[in-house]
Amino acid sequence: MSSAPQAPMKALTLRLQDELFAVEAGSVREILDLVPITEVPNAPEFVAGLINVRGRVVPLADLRVMFGMDRPEPNQDTRIVVMEIDIDGEPTIAGILADKVHDVTDIEAASIEDAPKVGMRWRPEFIKGIGKRNGGFIIIPNLGRIFETQGARTASPAASEERSAS
Amino acid sequence: MSFPDPTETFRQEARELLEQLELGLLDLEQNPANDDLINSTFRALHTIKGSGAMFGFTAVAAFVHEFETAFDQVRKGQSPATPALIAVALDAKDHIHKLIEEPDEPHDGGEAILEALRVVIAGGAGVELLLDEVPAPAAPVAQVAPAAAGESPWRIRFRLPGDSLVYGTNPLLLIEEVRALGPCTVVALTDTIPSLDVIDPEVPYVGWQIDMVAEDPREAIDDVFLFLKDGMELSVEPLAEAVVVPASEPVAEVVAAVELPAAVVVAKAAPEPVAKTKVAKVADKEPAPVASSSMRVDAERLDELMDRVGELVIAQARLTQIANMSSDGNLKTIAEELERLSSGLRDTTMGIRMVPIGTLFGRFRRLIHDLSRDLGKEIEFVTTGEDTELDKTMIERLADPLVHLIRNSVDHGLESADKRLAAGKDAKGTVRLSAVYAGAEVMISVTDDGAGLNAARIRAKAEENGIITAEQKLTEQELNHLIFAPGFSTAKEVTSLSGRGVGMDVVKRTIDSLRGSIDVLTKPGRGSTMTLRLPLTLAIIDGMLVRVGNGRYTIPLAAVEECVELPDGVEANARGRNFLDIRGSLVPFLRMREVFGTKAPIEPHQKVVIVSSGEGRVGLVVDQIIGNNQTVIKQLSKLHSGIKSFSGATILGDGTVALILDTAHLVAFGQTYVDQGRAA
Repeated sequence: MSSAPQAPMKALTLRLQDELFAVEAGSVREILDLVPITEVPNAPEFVAGLINVRGRVVPLADLRVMFGMDRPEPNQDTRIVVMEIDIDGEPTIAGILADKVHDVTDIEAASIEDAPKVGMRWRPEFIKGIGKRNGGFIIIPNLGRIFETQGARTASPAASEERSAS
Repeated sequence: MSFPDPTETFRQEARELLEQLELGLLDLEQNPANDDLINSTFRALHTIKGSGAMFGFTAVAAFVHEFETAFDQVRKGQSPATPALIAVALDAKDHIHKLIEEPDEPHDGGEAILEALRVVIAGGAGVELLLDEVPAPAAPVAQVAPAAAGESPWRIRFRLPGDSLVYGTNPLLLIEEVRALGPCTVVALTDTIPSLDVIDPEVPYVGWQIDMVAEDPREAIDDVFLFLKDGMELSVEPLAEAVVVPASEPVAEVVAAVELPAAVVVAKAAPEPVAKTKVAKVADKEPAPVASSSMRVDAERLDELMDRVGELVIAQARLTQIANMSSDGNLKTIAEELERLSSGLRDTTMGIRMVPIGTLFGRFRRLIHDLSRDLGKEIEFVTTGEDTELDKTMIERLADPLVHLIRNSVDHGLESADKRLAAGKDAKGTVRLSAVYAGAEVMISVTDDGAGLNAARIRAKAEENGIITAEQKLTEQELNHLIFAPGFSTAKEVTSLSGRGVGMDVVKRTIDSLRGSIDVLTKPGRGSTMTLRLPLTLAIIDGMLVRVGNGRYTIPLAAVEECVELPDGVEANARGRNFLDIRGSLVPFLRMREVFGTKAPIEPHQKVVIVSSGEGRVGLVVDQIIGNNQTVIKQLSKLHSGIKSFSGATILGDGTVALILDTAHLVAFGQTYVDQGRAA
């Protein structure tokens, strides 16, 4: 993020475990209550499910996997944020599991800083920046990057064969 | 909605006509005396000319006109449809194609083609032409100077239909065409022009009367007015000698001399027993050509329709589920009714998108024709299964791969005639193209009776190109598949046709992208067969819903052969051999619980669904068979496209998502069991 004056980021804030995340509000299609999730055998844990969003089959991603968080069972606060994410230049509709969805807010561009290269639990390329609000930190994930990494992993020969052939 | 570009419409139509023309010409080569073929070829030419002129493709119209004139000799039986003629005509067809696709580019060579065409035609029609040049020894119509044997004076009168100008007819062009038939005098008939205050500028009030000297022109005249027959007044009749006027006489006098009562024109009501034998509206003479019952629809609209039908099917599945839970008889009846209707609608909608593969096969006849000529190899091209239907988009994407495969068969597969004779084969090579349904797939194969793949040379070449190492051990199948590796080519010489090492890898990639596969089967000295297996990628299929653990999955019903219960004995030595004895033949089976890593406890009475793909069969062990349902195939996103066990997903009646099993992949996977079993 450059330090030049910029329009504030219109963001949807959501909570994953103890951390507050912000995603671009413009890419959010809708927010759903929890719906039945179909498990995809042999898929990576990050995108282990499929959901039905108004007649479309949409992959459901769990960002908590990528950030190494605990994954307790869904509760009444759990929501699915349906977003349009650019994966390798191809806009793809995907759902993201959130422990709680807060609100849409403006994050001052000036307050957004690059992710520190050291001293972080997470892979730095997954984080676009860290914003500040009400004295707390908001993590802005680099969704495109996270999904691309995952896509590459899925495309490699599926592990199913080895497992069942043994 | 935007108004479609008329020139684009013309191009589309012309492309189809040219295809028709090409097929006609190729058929004609086989069957030179068939009048129907000659006529349909001629009609295609004529239509291209007519609409070309209408849409301002004057170069096309001019060229086709010359082409048509030459071809007319064939139609009149004065020149036989020799292979030489067909070859030139095909060149001419290609030239027209260029003129239509790139009207702004200069295209030379048209004149050369026409010249060649004339030479070929003249070669066959020499005698007839000579006859035309000799003046008749005792001409009964001596006053008419240019009259030769068979020529006599004729009078043509015509009035265009009232709406013809609105539709873009240009009477001057029509008259030009008539004039091309022979020397003539044209007079405008102005008697029906109304007074200025009621005149409608879009109505052709003027009629024309043309006196000409020609051989019976009736047929030619019919052709000129082919598009206007309905609703126009047209009379063609032989003219009494007295009124024949040399073309040089002033027009005013002609009008006076040949003024006929208007009744003659419409004399069909009361035919006079005079020489004027033929006065009739042409439309009465022969039935108007049957209007084509097909129409063009945007592919996008079809996709949209398909999507809507897909939604309907999902909604219907939900209704059926609710109806089954309810005790309301009326609800059940209507749910059943709706199920029947929606499945009918689904089939119809899908049928719209399906095109017989014969449309594609037709194109290859030209390819074979050209290859045969260029390579000097005699080739018999046999096609079967033309009526096998595939999705239109699929057919379009198959064209290039098949061209490559056929070229390879002809160029690399078939030997030269003397080598064939030396090997004790017929000098004429055979290439077979066939399509056939196999379960949920279509198999398209290209077979030649040539030399077959040379395993030693493939190996040597692959090592040379660094694709494999000298130590690497390969099965026969693996070796054959090396020809699909990028940069691979065994041809010693690079010909213009093949051998550059691009192509086969592109073929493989295209087929992969269609979720298909290629098999190679070869017998040294006997020939080889390349078989493409393609899913019937229909947007909606009939599926069998099964349950494995807590998950529900759909198996394409077309791939299902039968369902059996897993015998208890097999269950006992589960870690041993994974084979079932199905009426004497061993079928490998896959425990889907293991394939999917299901954690739920194992259930008694496991079921086996036997699915097939091509030759292979495999049993899928599932916990429960739920039933049949209509399945709307939804593509998996990029995130899941790497998981090969599934070909897509679908939405069930209760709104949840179920995955569709990729039977072809599972069968191939099961086959590895068989191979391992043999190795052990």
